[in-house]
Amino acid sequence: MTAELLYSKDHEWVRVESDGVAVIGVTDYAAEQLGDVVYVDLPETGAELSAGSEMGEIESTKSVSDLFSPIDGTVTEINQAVVDSPELVNSAPFEDGWLLRASFESLPEDLLDAAGYQAFTAS
Amino acid sequence: MVEQSLRSTALEAVHESLGATFTDFAGWRMPVRYDSDLAEHAAVRERAGLFDLSHMGEIHLRGPEAAAALDHALAGKLSAVSVGRAKYSLLLTEDAGVIDDVITYRLADDHFLVVANASNADADAEALASRSAGFDVEVEDSSDGTSLLAVQGPLSEEILLRLLAAGSADEGEGVVGIGAEDITAMKNYRFLTGTYRGQDLLVARTGYTGEDGFELYVPDATAVELWTQLTEVGGEDLTPCGLACRDTLRLEAGMPLYGHELGADLHPSQSGLGRLPALTSKQDFVGRSAFESAEVDDLPVLVGLVAEGRRAARAGSVVRGPDGSEVGSVSSGALSPTLGHPIAMAFVRPELTDVGTELVVDVRGKDLPVRVVALPFYSRS
Repeated sequence: MTAELLYSKDHEWVRVESDGVAVIGVTDYAAEQLGDVVYVDLPETGAELSAGSEMGEIESTKSVSDLFSPIDGTVTEINQAVVDSPELVNSAPFEDGWLLRASFESLPEDLLDAAGYQAFTAS
Repeated sequence: MVEQSLRSTALEAVHESLGATFTDFAGWRMPVRYDSDLAEHAAVRERAGLFDLSHMGEIHLRGPEAAAALDHALAGKLSAVSVGRAKYSLLLTEDAGVIDDVITYRLADDHFLVVANASNADADAEALASRSAGFDVEVEDSSDGTSLLAVQGPLSEEILLRLLAAGSADEGEGVVGIGAEDITAMKNYRFLTGTYRGQDLLVARTGYTGEDGFELYVPDATAVELWTQLTEVGGEDLTPCGLACRDTLRLEAGMPLYGHELGADLHPSQSGLGRLPALTSKQDFVGRSAFESAEVDDLPVLVGLVAEGRRAARAGSVVRGPDGSEVGSVSSGALSPTLGHPIAMAFVRPELTDVGTELVVDVRGKDLPVRVVALPFYSRS
């Protein structure tokens, strides 16, 4: 990982690409807590995202969790690979297991950096 | 909310060294998975898995009237069970609700062991003690101090044989009193007693996974040694398994889980267990009159449901009929790891229980078409 990631307290990560689009996924911490992910329900391309609001669902064998958008924005692409192979969330949460891309105007100020997120999950 | 510290089993340090993720289960700190619950599930279906089930309750009844006390306390006829055999039965309320589903082992004419679900162990011990009051029997809750390890899966017999062989090569340090031929000849719901490293050992051919398997009861003092030796002789064939896969395994096997398919507010007939109470072969038992007089014909009945896709119905999801009206609710549901499609158990209106009936489950606001199937979803070949 070379790009700097930002994190939400709902355990999503955000990476801003060079084209100004945000890539969103769930953290390795969240993936570990969930167990084996077997189903991911993502919004449609074009859907509006609102920071802190529900944008989909992620299911492990045992549980269902809501996915909360870490940013305000508009979905430009969903990761079909993770829909077809949800286990990517476990095996590569920061890479092939990304969930969606979204355009945005600005990022919320309460996103955490790596050190802040680490401290948050350790507390 | 009162903060209560979690109880831990004798194997907690072993689980931690294996990198387990823990969960609070009925007040116990239990391993929910070690690595991947899907891999652990597959291991039990294909090879064998090793479970720590020491959170379960063990209640002994000893005395000349132990059998009579259990005939009174439980719905089944325990006096008819031979020494060396186990029986699945129900502990009913006076209203014929279910306090717990239990397995009872007859160790001697005057000695039984009742194994309880962890969440109900205290209630069971209390009920068994109070129901035994008029009988010449001692009730002892030995849940604290007893460990339970389960070896489940098609290779479990092979692994038990390796355990026996390893012990005898070691000057009788291992299992004594149970031979290889005893293990291979042991039928389901039978058990044998012996010793492991000089301490009591009970080996039963029982389980909760839908596979062949054994459950081994030992004192806490030898639990770590037994776990360690089982993993040594099991090698790649034996995978430590957490409670997450135990739940998906039992669901595939169509086995009820207390609090989901059984409960104090459910009549056993609704859960397909209406034949368990021994109505013709014994006299009065707690819950009998309510059981017999209950009007059950109009109550929801447990069915199996299957769906396509990957999105699973979960406990609490509402089941709707063809006309959109509410006809029941899901008691357990998951994406079946073995079958690859969603499965669920649900209580539905009795007129909608025929195999092939098409229903709809409201999965968090989205309709999931489902079909009624016969239980179990999975049975070993």
